[in-house]
Amino acid sequence: MNEEKKRAFFLLSPPAFYMLLFFIMPIGIMTSYVFREGAFGDARYIFTLDHFKDFFTTSSYHRLLFRSIFQAFVTALFSVILAYPLAYFLAFKAGRHKVIFMTLLLIPAWTAWLLRILAWKILLDSTGLLNLFLLSSGFISETAPYLLYSGTAVVITLVYIYVPFAALPLFSALESVDQNMIEASKDLGAGTLKTFFQITLPVSVPGVAAAFFFVFIPTLGEWVTPTLVGGAQGIMFGNLIQEQFVKTLNWPLGALMSLILLVLIIPVLFFFNRISGISEYAPV
Amino acid sequence: MFSNKKFPTYAIYYLIILILLYTPLVLLVVFSFNEGKTVTFPIKGLTLDWYVALFEAQDLLKAMYNSLIIGVFTSVVAVVLGTMAALATTRFSLPGRNFFLTAGVLPLIIPDLAMGVSLQLLFHWAGISLSLWTVACAHTMVNIPYVMLIVSPRLQTFQGSLEEASMDLGAGYWRTLFKITLPVCAPVLIAGFLYSFGVSIDEFDLAYFVTGTHETLPVYLYSQLRFPNRLPLVLALSAIIIAVSLVVLLFTEILSD
Repeated sequence: MNEEKKRAFFLLSPPAFYMLLFFIMPIGIMTSYVFREGAFGDARYIFTLDHFKDFFTTSSYHRLLFRSIFQAFVTALFSVILAYPLAYFLAFKAGRHKVIFMTLLLIPAWTAWLLRILAWKILLDSTGLLNLFLLSSGFISETAPYLLYSGTAVVITLVYIYVPFAALPLFSALESVDQNMIEASKDLGAGTLKTFFQITLPVSVPGVAAAFFFVFIPTLGEWVTPTLVGGAQGIMFGNLIQEQFVKTLNWPLGALMSLILLVLIIPVLFFFNRISGISEYAPV
Repeated sequence: MFSNKKFPTYAIYYLIILILLYTPLVLLVVFSFNEGKTVTFPIKGLTLDWYVALFEAQDLLKAMYNSLIIGVFTSVVAVVLGTMAALATTRFSLPGRNFFLTAGVLPLIIPDLAMGVSLQLLFHWAGISLSLWTVACAHTMVNIPYVMLIVSPRLQTFQGSLEEASMDLGAGYWRTLFKITLPVCAPVLIAGFLYSFGVSIDEFDLAYFVTGTHETLPVYLYSQLRFPNRLPLVLALSAIIIAVSLVVLLFTEILSD
């Protein structure tokens, strides 16, 4: 027994130590930077609460934060709505080839993330293919509207990226629905719709929650997609953070902003863990 | 092929989504052969010039080499550490096992931006200058949970009768581990390696913040997007990356099933 414990400890220590060093500690260090006047030279050692004042009194920061939360919400909502029928098809209608169908869906999701954003930049451009298609098919008049560089462009691109990922937890939740229960419901006279709303949907709620949060949380920190397809109209809170680190070099303010992002995410994570259990629907 | 009479509605929906998902990727590949420098129809003519030009772009080849090195290095470390974590959490009744499982998955959900920024601050605080090493550290951190999630199910389903037999015959725990458990799990270990390799090769957000003067491929790609006349080259590179990822993915799928 004691020998057993020692082995477990020996096996777990190196990975746990690694994660402590490169996952927990960075967040701790980031927290310490929030109180520094600057990141370089003597400013490093001066304690200040100015960055808090700066953040909480600048309304443009708040507006951007709220808009990003809204954008992440819309993105997650659309991803789940579009992915649900996909998962339903895979779980109940695709027969014995469902694994192949699932893999086909995931291949583009695992391939070259940056390139897929680039592809949408090209597609949405005013000289781009989507505009050309809409023009030639008569959906729009000669003056092509700018699909690119807007909040909508960001949401379209992000939904495109996340639909396959959202389908994954939905699929595993739907697979766990007991077929006997569905048959029993139908035998007792409930229609397809009633059976869906009374049995299938409630049972799949943990999967729906997992799909929603696996899209919502990472989207909150997006900055590459808004940079490439969002332009000035579509920037998100993440762009603000990136700017502090790359352009204005106000690292403490940037650290504060990403800390605020993490603090906002914590209650969401707790809520999410209550309904679905994070590790059960992890995105692999 | 389809088990239900009513398949068409759902199958058609599935097909439409599938086409939508693949179209942008196909377009990138198609336009990589385009003679013209702008991405508009009609295609002006077919050419392999951009592919030839790729092999003359020294900075690009350097970035590709960097990414390959980091990918291999980080995946080996992640497979070792991730498998240790998977063994500890599946084979032993640890106190707080659920805590470790849940906490272990967090790096995959927390926005990469926050992780990238905090890692940059960690290295700055510790006085470590940014290099390919710091990128490798960051990539190993995200890949350990992935390996753990890929290896654990196999360890759970492979019930210990073989292991028990080995130990009954007098082999110790570690001997059994290396002679029985790990060889039986070899396919998922390779799958874990390939998956983390794929993640590392494609990872941008963390690398962007912790890379030094030597760039990884996605960071290089991102820096090239600012120059419109480099677009054809980027497209040719895209086509190659897509092809390579497809091969790696197929192997991963085959091995983990």
